[in-house]
Amino acid sequence: MLTPRTDSAHFQPASDRSLLVYFGRQITLDIHQRVNKLLRLLELEPIPGVRNLHPAYCSLLVSFDVLKLSHDELKIILRRYLDRLEDVRLPEPRQMEIPVSYGGQFGPDLDELAALRGIKPAEAIELHSSIAYTVYFLGFVPGFAYLGELPEALATSRLTTPRRSVPPGSVGIAGNQTGVYPFATPGGWRLIGRTPIAMFRPDRKNMSFLSIGDHVRFTPISTARFAALENS
Amino acid sequence: MSFIQVQEPGLLTTVQDLGRDGFGPLGVSPSGAADPISLRLGNRLVANPESAAGLEMTLLGGTFLFPEGAILALTGSDFVVTLDGTVVDLWTSIDVRPGQTLRVGPARSGARCYLCVGGGIAVKPFLGSSSTHILTGLGGFEGRPLRKGDVLDIGSAIGSFRNRTIAPQARNHLSPRHILRVTTGPQSNWFSESSLSEFYRETYRVGEQSNRMGLRLEGKPVTQNSPGEMITEGVSLGAVQVTHGGLPIILFVEQQTTGGYPKIANVISADLHRVGQLRPRDEILFEQATFEVARSLLMEQEKILASEELILE
Repeated sequence: MLTPRTDSAHFQPASDRSLLVYFGRQITLDIHQRVNKLLRLLELEPIPGVRNLHPAYCSLLVSFDVLKLSHDELKIILRRYLDRLEDVRLPEPRQMEIPVSYGGQFGPDLDELAALRGIKPAEAIELHSSIAYTVYFLGFVPGFAYLGELPEALATSRLTTPRRSVPPGSVGIAGNQTGVYPFATPGGWRLIGRTPIAMFRPDRKNMSFLSIGDHVRFTPISTARFAALENS
Repeated sequence: MSFIQVQEPGLLTTVQDLGRDGFGPLGVSPSGAADPISLRLGNRLVANPESAAGLEMTLLGGTFLFPEGAILALTGSDFVVTLDGTVVDLWTSIDVRPGQTLRVGPARSGARCYLCVGGGIAVKPFLGSSSTHILTGLGGFEGRPLRKGDVLDIGSAIGSFRNRTIAPQARNHLSPRHILRVTTGPQSNWFSESSLSEFYRETYRVGEQSNRMGLRLEGKPVTQNSPGEMITEGVSLGAVQVTHGGLPIILFVEQQTTGGYPKIANVISADLHRVGQLRPRDEILFEQATFEVARSLLMEQEKILASEELILE
């Protein structure tokens, strides 16, 4: 296949001040890398008039200053960036580890999730901590990493009624994705455990514990270890 | 450095400027004033840069003591304001003498009022902005709405007091409108022709659960063509997303940066400040605009804001 890769990206205005760049309609690591490469290129060589970037699984939302750019002008510039994606080098993924105390009060949905998938809670923990996930992007709230892909045996739909407030550090599952809530926010993901790690700290150099492209493993810990880590 | 003592905080008073754009890749939304035009004009009245931080009050204002005096201006909705018991006007500069107390009462209409002070409210910026993001407790004054007893520093004012007021024609341009103009949303084709025409005919009511994150609308649910599963993507300010129950939500300044619900429409940039003046139970209608119209409306608005006749001295 010698088709230029840019042809697979297409544009869709999202508002009078933003444009969505779609790389496809499915969640794959290949598409993720292209989103990440365009993000990196736009961060290294910012387009004057572009105000914000929202990466996601298969798309990048580019918002701009209406007084400086139009959709059509932005599309022309972005096509030139898209033509250069092959040359963008992404950093080696960092290997990150997140200790999790599974089940009990920290993971109120673990038992139900296991029952729904016809496995024992211990197997669900084993499965969740058995593989390395990729950070597809950060979104929703500061430092919330969308991690995929979950082992098929754990994929479960969201709660029908979202919780009004999910405690920070909660580890959740929704569909074939998993993630950690950095703040007390409303949330509909099924909660299976909690980490003592602060996912977002404004006083830290890397405010977000995780970055796009990182590889992440969850490690089961006891509640005693959780308490010790939380206090340290 | 001069300061403000908060004697009564009001219903929901936060430090806001024009927000922190550019941190979407971290999941940080811009936040900032819900009615940025009122904040910009208030800052002009007190000789600040338009982007200086002020106080955003919601529905019921607070009581503030100025032990060392200050130059002030109040803009936004029609709140009842007195200085040491004497009624003062909005949209005009006010010379506050040391020891005077400003009381901002309830809103007679609209939702938000801005208190701008010469020199701006001085807080430690977070990611280049003084705006408060309430949900995550980041930015502004300790990341939270003001409380009784808080003491806020005022930056150094440029120059001495000058009598300034906003020209009435500019204020007319800003007057509340309950018709919000919208452009087509990235998933508007997920809705049938008949659902779309119903969406543009229906009067929606602003729900009680509305806040700076989003305005929840009540009315006839919008039906989706095919309730397909959406892949989470970036959402833009003013996006009108339709949840599983069919009720629209307008994503606002403290919005989530990404979301998984289809967007039927998006409020145009020139009408976003009006969203900031909607209060629960207000009735609104959506009116479709093209991207070209949206663009020219914003240019026209910015032209008025930049005109020399805007401020009368």
